[in-house]
Amino acid sequence: MDFRKIEENIFKGLMIFSTLAIFASLFWILSVILIKGLPALNLAMITQAPKGGFYLGKEGGILNAIVGSLLLAGGSTFLALIFSLPLVLYLNVYLKKGSRLAMFTRFSLDVLWGIPSIVYGAFGFTIMLFFGLRASLLGGIIAVALLILPIMSRAMDEVMQMIPIELLSASYSLGATRWETALKVVARQTLPGILTAVLIAFGRGIGDAASVIFTTGFSDSISFSLFRPAATLPLAIFYQLGTPFPEVQARAHASSLILTIIIMIISIVSRILTKRFKSYVVK
Amino acid sequence: MQYKRILKEKLAQNFMLLVTGLSALLLFIMIFALYYRSRPILILKPLTDLLLGTVWAPSRGEFGFFPFIIGTLWVTLVAVAIAVPLCLLTSIYLSEYAGSRIREWAKPPIDLLAGIPSVVYGVWGLLVVVPLIKDHLAPLFGNFSTGYCVLAGGIVLAIMIFPVIILVSVEVMGYVPVEIREASLAVGATKWQTVKFVVLRKALPGIIAAAVLGLSRAFGETMAVLMVAGNVARVPKSVFAPAYTLPALIANNYGEMLSIPLYDSALLLASFILLVVVLIFNIISRLFMIRIERRIQ
Amino acid sequence: MGFESHISVQDLNVYYGKVQALKNITVDIPDKKITVIIGPSGCGKTTLLKSFNRLIDLMEGVRAEGKILVDGVDILDPKVEVVDVRKKMGLLSQKPYPLPMSIYDNVAYGPKIHGIKDRKKLDQIVEYHLKESSLWEEVKDRLREPASRLSVGQQQRLCLARGLAVEPEIILGDEPTSALDPASSQRIEQKFMELKDRYTIVVVTHILRQAKRIADYVLFLYMGELIEHGPAREIFENPKQELTREYIGGVIS
Repeated sequence: MDFRKIEENIFKGLMIFSTLAIFASLFWILSVILIKGLPALNLAMITQAPKGGFYLGKEGGILNAIVGSLLLAGGSTFLALIFSLPLVLYLNVYLKKGSRLAMFTRFSLDVLWGIPSIVYGAFGFTIMLFFGLRASLLGGIIAVALLILPIMSRAMDEVMQMIPIELLSASYSLGATRWETALKVVARQTLPGILTAVLIAFGRGIGDAASVIFTTGFSDSISFSLFRPAATLPLAIFYQLGTPFPEVQARAHASSLILTIIIMIISIVSRILTKRFKSYVVK
Repeated sequence: MQYKRILKEKLAQNFMLLVTGLSALLLFIMIFALYYRSRPILILKPLTDLLLGTVWAPSRGEFGFFPFIIGTLWVTLVAVAIAVPLCLLTSIYLSEYAGSRIREWAKPPIDLLAGIPSVVYGVWGLLVVVPLIKDHLAPLFGNFSTGYCVLAGGIVLAIMIFPVIILVSVEVMGYVPVEIREASLAVGATKWQTVKFVVLRKALPGIIAAAVLGLSRAFGETMAVLMVAGNVARVPKSVFAPAYTLPALIANNYGEMLSIPLYDSALLLASFILLVVVLIFNIISRLFMIRIERRIQ
Repeated sequence: MGFESHISVQDLNVYYGKVQALKNITVDIPDKKITVIIGPSGCGKTTLLKSFNRLIDLMEGVRAEGKILVDGVDILDPKVEVVDVRKKMGLLSQKPYPLPMSIYDNVAYGPKIHGIKDRKKLDQIVEYHLKESSLWEEVKDRLREPASRLSVGQQQRLCLARGLAVEPEIILGDEPTSALDPASSQRIEQKFMELKDRYTIVVVTHILRQAKRIADYVLFLYMGELIEHGPAREIFENPKQELTREYIGGVIS
């Protein structure tokens, strides 16, 4: 009897230790990013592009990466949305619950969800070769859109599946077509969920380096062209961290901090949206 | 008026069907495209030579993937070995012992951990883990290390896969019906005994699925590992030796890809191998999860 | 009344958060008899039953005031070792929940937990209790098979064997036959009648006919209050309270 108590207490201790260790690691990571990034953050940093080459030039800031990342993530999120929303609406409104196509597609999406971003980058690269595209913003948009499509779809699908069938029946019995029901009832009802899905996908897209390394390249300058290489925050960190110049490294740390802040904002906003959504759903 | 609506309906339906079809096929398109682009090298060299060859010297036409495969395995296994025990203990705590308030408060940090980009983990790894190993851990074990090694990659990767393992494990443990716990307690078992003999046993397939998912994620992770694992194309002799993983190989060398013959094909073959391995892991994990979901119904 | 009491409930009040589930329950449960708790759904029957083996501890926000004396010891006292309390009580739930193990291991689970390691002894215990619950003949050749393969009726008998294997003094039944077919239900009822020589049995049921069949003593609960209690004969033939009469007459259910 005593032995059992001792065993239980040992494990209880281990459990609390593990839990604390995990949260401590989060805290550690955030602190380091903050400590290194905060001193590097100043007005010049976010309003200027690097002067004299991103690797060697000691002056200037990371505006090129900020603009590039926003364009890339924005473009790819938009592209993914065009495919995701119809896809998920089709799965939930048009297809019957047990439909083979639905099950297969969902399984497919689940599997795609787990594929590493570097593979999406490589695939994006093969597409670019096929179309004769060179390293450019467009290439990155395509690769990242493919990467985030499963993420966005899955998040949207989860909220749409929660819609009670009675709601759809109510719409049909008023004479609405399936498309009208999909657009005016389902999409409207799940709007917060859709927004959350978009946000999550955006967050994933903006932070990913492996998929853009092949496809978007990198650049010193602020570029709005779809067909030229562009700078991105993750690559700005990666390339500029390895220099011997502390000023250039500072740019990397500033990029880290900005990227982390963007992710945190997305996390908070999507949490708020999800809570609001939960209060709407009638069960 | 009616006609317009019906037309809209038809158009929408066809568009959606097309989109759905494409999405369902996307996986196959990817597999095909990567395979197609790897063919040049596959035609020239037998697969076994490529997979088991230990020399990587592209300019001499030598493409031995073995060091990378082993390197990836090492780093992944270290990550899983660190992550699974910690995550299991934490999941048991959150699922069985902690009150619902603690559980709710635990979710945001875990989601945040999941959202932090790979490069940021890499930065932390560079600034914290690498020096830690170089100055403290390696000497402790009588080893010399630059800090850029399997262990560094493993530690950083472990933290990266915490969220996925914890979230799935807690979910699966939640599926165990209360009544089974009651049945065990009613016989006089302690909470810990109930967890050990009943809950964990029932949740085991799900926990395995969680671990496999974590394994799969670790296998394909690129940037963080690239930044801290050392990137030396040799089979690592110990955890303190550097490793070069498949994803790191691909990411590091895309620049020279088109200038050396067969290099692009080799790297795309590496991507293809990566895709296939991750696919297998994912499908295994999914199948486990489907079995579990069926059992609940 | 001539009954010795085994469980003595004194001023029991149970709260789930702000909701009061049981109000001022005071009653003595007689020793080695079948006591049946009846009442409409949601009246607190299961709460009362689960207080006896402190399974209500599992719910969040639960608060219990008052005393429950078993053999003179107040089991609600925080100093009391819960595990010992539960060992004294065997629980048969509404739906049988076999543990995720073989038939043998299900029955052996309790004894093993409490320290019995000798193989031969465990074999004896398993055989004895499976015979006690009339399951031995049907499973003796497949003891190593997973318990989930048994039929529902068999599973319930297995759960009975499992509960008896720790040698409790009291058997608690939470609507133990409501998930079973008539034949299996009858078997369980018969079992209870046989077992009451050696065990105190407390059963919660919403089937009045079942109560009439097996009860020696009856408790009638309504909205968390103990309206009436007494020997079965008296309650069923000559209830003193209006509410009791209405419930037994089928007016309220």
